[in-house]
Amino acid sequence: MAKVINNVGSVNSVLTTPRVNIAAVMPWLRRILFFAALVGLWQIVTLTGIWPDYVLPGPLEVFNSLVTGISSGIYIQAAQVSLERLVIGYGISLVIGMVLGALIGRIHLLEETVGSLILGLQALPSVCWLPLAILWFGLTEQAIIFVVIMGALFSITLGVDAGVKNTSPVYLKAARNMGASGIRLYTQVILPAALPAIINGLKQGWTFAWRSLMAGELLFFTVSLGNLLESGRELNDASQIIAVMLVIIFIGVMIETLIFAPLERRVRARWGLAS
Amino acid sequence: MNRQATLSNANTTTNNEQGIPGGIPLKIEDVSKVFPGRIQSVEALKPVNLEVEAGEFVCLLGPSGCGKSTLLSIIAGLESASTGVIRANGQKVRGPGIDRVLLFQEAALFPWLDVQRNVEFGLRQIGTPAKERRALARHFIELVHLKGFERSYIHQLSGGMRQRAAIARALALNPAILLMDEPFGALDALTRDRLHAELESIWASTRKTILFVTHNVREAVALGDRVLVFSPRPGRIVRDFRINLPRPRALEDHTLVDAAAEVLAVLKEAIHEQEENERNEQER
Repeated sequence: MAKVINNVGSVNSVLTTPRVNIAAVMPWLRRILFFAALVGLWQIVTLTGIWPDYVLPGPLEVFNSLVTGISSGIYIQAAQVSLERLVIGYGISLVIGMVLGALIGRIHLLEETVGSLILGLQALPSVCWLPLAILWFGLTEQAIIFVVIMGALFSITLGVDAGVKNTSPVYLKAARNMGASGIRLYTQVILPAALPAIINGLKQGWTFAWRSLMAGELLFFTVSLGNLLESGRELNDASQIIAVMLVIIFIGVMIETLIFAPLERRVRARWGLAS
Repeated sequence: MNRQATLSNANTTTNNEQGIPGGIPLKIEDVSKVFPGRIQSVEALKPVNLEVEAGEFVCLLGPSGCGKSTLLSIIAGLESASTGVIRANGQKVRGPGIDRVLLFQEAALFPWLDVQRNVEFGLRQIGTPAKERRALARHFIELVHLKGFERSYIHQLSGGMRQRAAIARALALNPAILLMDEPFGALDALTRDRLHAELESIWASTRKTILFVTHNVREAVALGDRVLVFSPRPGRIVRDFRINLPRPRALEDHTLVDAAAEVLAVLKEAIHEQEENERNEQER
């Protein structure tokens, strides 16, 4: 958009700008058309009355639910609770995963033992920890945060491990040669060198954490996004369920585009990897 | 102690103007390397004996895989020798030290740091204060003609510029010995010639001891006070040439071409002999 404004005054670029703008706008136009058609189709299906309202509400009803939910503050409050759990659980995973991954990547004995344990646990969907977590902690914050940690921890650990292990030996040689050793070798060489792989692990860890959080919250009574889905079911309020689903999608996409995409782009640009 | 090493940069320059070596002597006594394998151990380097004077420019010439890079790694203290000892300035080498800095063919600059921070890296490890570090880095970046590229990241530099940055990074630590492992091997001929001239002038002004590994005969003859010809694996020194040509040397100079031809003949003979030996062994 800035380009358009800049080009108003310059005569030379007038010829080229429309082409550039069309190229940039077209994918978005197609996308908007696609989603408009999707909503239109949805509206038509609900108008035919094949399914009753409480099974498949129309887009307008869902929109109304969304507006009331947000304006009454209940969705905001729920999102806050869910995001807080996500941040705490993910934060703990991040710290443990970084240390654990770095250790496994560098110490052969840990790789053989703890490494294979983590590889096994990674194969277990983290919601499977929920029954055990509830037995251990009861229906408490600790239980749900535990499940979030189990969701993110292993992906982060394995990402860091892979990055550390694939650190080019020549970087290590050069660094040791210039007097780097011990913790400095880790923080100034091994971890930065492993950053591209670590970011992959962080991304995967976050998606797992988000999924397991939503699944876990279905069983909890405090107001949260997952809990709103469940209460929608109890009240036979399908439009609330779909509205909350949209909120969950929105938050997920936002975290992806505001945090992980820029992070990844920056690292790739700095490393000179193709964008 | 380390800090003193960097602070003494100024002193070395004054010394050098008087032609006093900034380098230190190096003594290699019976150093060999055997890589233990599961089925069969591989002998990479036969026992090598070598004395290098302070401020000498020595080229190690040999075919790929003759153990000359291994020898350099051992001198740098990054690998241990199977037998023998290395003495740098009379002191036994026990591990990496910033008196001996190694340069690699792939430059080994860190892609997550810009040129300025790459050059500062070693200084940061030895605890040079930030202000002094910046100034030293700027000085050496200028010395290798990379002024204006301080904020560039490595992928934005050409191969020649990367080697220049790597040289600046090494020089910033003011090492007494520069160990260069085919640093210009991946560069085009024109860039290589220019870097030869620049390296020669840096060496002339700092008088550091330089060990330069290459498989390029003309490069070795153009740069070295001495050219050590290595046999193929397991490596050993077959001949120690002294190149007494005036500097700066021109690659086109016919005396240099003659010297290169002589060295090449010895190298070819060594390779030929090795092949002969291998054939005999197979027949047996």
